[in-house]
Amino acid sequence: MPAPDHNDSLEEQINQWRTYLGRRQAIHSVDVAELEDHLREQIAVLADAGLTTDEAFLVAVKRMGDPDAVSREFAREHSERLWKQLVLSSSDTGEPLSAARTDAIAAFGVAASAAAAIKLPALFGIGLDTNPSFYVRNASVLVLPLLTGYFAWKRRLDTGTLRWLAVAFAAAAVFANVFPFTPRGHTEVLTALHLPIALWLALGIAYAGGRWSEVAGRMDFIRFSGELVIYYILIALGGGALTAFMGMIFKAIGIDVERFFASWLLPCGAAGGLVVASWLVEAKQSVIENMAPVLTRLFTPLFAAVLVAFLGTLVWTGRGVDIERNALIAFDVLLMVVLCLLLYSISARDPRSSPGTYDVLQVVLLVSALLADAVALWAIAARITEFGFTPNRVAALGENVILLVNLAWSAGLYIRFLRGRASLAVLERWQTDYLPVYVVWAAIVVIVFPPLFRYV
Amino acid sequence: MEINKDLIAASSTPIVLAILAEGDSYGYAILKRVRELSGGRMEWTDGMLYPVLHRLERLGHAEARWDVAESGRRRKYYRITSGGRAQLAEEHRQWQAVDATLRGIWGVLTLPVPGSNPASAAPLPQGA
Repeated sequence: MPAPDHNDSLEEQINQWRTYLGRRQAIHSVDVAELEDHLREQIAVLADAGLTTDEAFLVAVKRMGDPDAVSREFAREHSERLWKQLVLSSSDTGEPLSAARTDAIAAFGVAASAAAAIKLPALFGIGLDTNPSFYVRNASVLVLPLLTGYFAWKRRLDTGTLRWLAVAFAAAAVFANVFPFTPRGHTEVLTALHLPIALWLALGIAYAGGRWSEVAGRMDFIRFSGELVIYYILIALGGGALTAFMGMIFKAIGIDVERFFASWLLPCGAAGGLVVASWLVEAKQSVIENMAPVLTRLFTPLFAAVLVAFLGTLVWTGRGVDIERNALIAFDVLLMVVLCLLLYSISARDPRSSPGTYDVLQVVLLVSALLADAVALWAIAARITEFGFTPNRVAALGENVILLVNLAWSAGLYIRFLRGRASLAVLERWQTDYLPVYVVWAAIVVIVFPPLFRYV
Repeated sequence: MEINKDLIAASSTPIVLAILAEGDSYGYAILKRVRELSGGRMEWTDGMLYPVLHRLERLGHAEARWDVAESGRRRKYYRITSGGRAQLAEEHRQWQAVDATLRGIWGVLTLPVPGSNPASAAPLPQGA
């Protein structure tokens, strides 16, 4: 009797067929279940007619039709399925749905708390209009702990890590408020700009949830950050459209909503939106293609072309770089953009694939950015004593050096990769190992700069 | 016998609706019934029936429910709705019109008998 052995192999074959069919976007798992019922009945009928199970399976699969053609037919009937839907995740089993729902409820709860947190100081008499600089300095201290808490809950962080994160946020709150800043002074603005960067590390540790020591864990956080920026911008655009519309219709009935907008909608929306954007990035990561690498692929050739044209013009006309006060910041931004282009192209790249034209383009971009920055730095070095060391200039110079070192080393690694001497994994490791350097520098700017420059 | 794809697509709705009008059914049984009714002359690719059923479901001509079959497996059954019956009546009317037209013209025309060699109908070359 050919019983258990044959049945096992039949189950195995049906399993394979099921996964093969299930991989198609247009055929959902309920449809696969319906088709499987059909297949099994067909096999049973054929086996009764005297075929062996193997033969019956083959015939039944053949009668089902070419999977591509069937899938095309399903796609024609369910064309919406070819557009990956984030919200429509209910087609599968019920269990993951309830987990997703808990997560969504938690995320919106945290978003509401973040919106409330940004209004909390107003309860103690610190209004957004009476003391705006307090909000500028403290925005990240008010909102990021909640977002970090959300990920700490999601990743079930151990209490040891939680304690360290709490210490970091407490320290941030102290340094944001303890110094006697000159109102609207340089050091105050520097603190406002660098505190979020320093606290981003705390968020990263919570996000990575114990995988921070691994390259992959840190790389995931880099991917998350890129997507978060894109989603946040999209939400901000939507919010802008909403408020413009709201302003218009209320104006029509003679009510001015500007005050409500400025003191409630904008700050609360900005705080809550960050949490909602984070939740969206997490919820959609396996459903929808990542956007940052797509934009990177689009813009890497364009930025490379602009930089090469810039260098060519520089050499052709023999002009020096006219160093104004803000030129250094412009070159910092350039290096930051190039770093992002590099990061998000390697974040989406299969590290095992061999070098191609796009990689050559990437090296052209890196090398031309480095050359442009070197020219600028040379011009600045010649005149730095003339300009004097203001806190802004020292911060910008420090950032420039940090980015320059990173990109120079990256360019070296990338060229080694192009020549087949090293794998891209080395570059990935270098980039993720470098993350703490930015944080340490941001912390230095927040902690050391204000007293060093007498709170100007 | 090969039946043109367009013809299969056009006739699938009335055939499936009519089979469902006989009683609730499911994919495999519907295909079996089609084979019986056509005497094996209409062969549908099995997988292609399901998008048709899903379309009927979406249009409200049929409603579906999951049930446990006597085999113990979960099975999706389809039932015709009142909208489906109205659609079936409409299809019936249209197909009768097509059928009547074709019958009219088949009567006057003499077509080559299926299966005979078309070359024999051509005039033989004279004096070769």
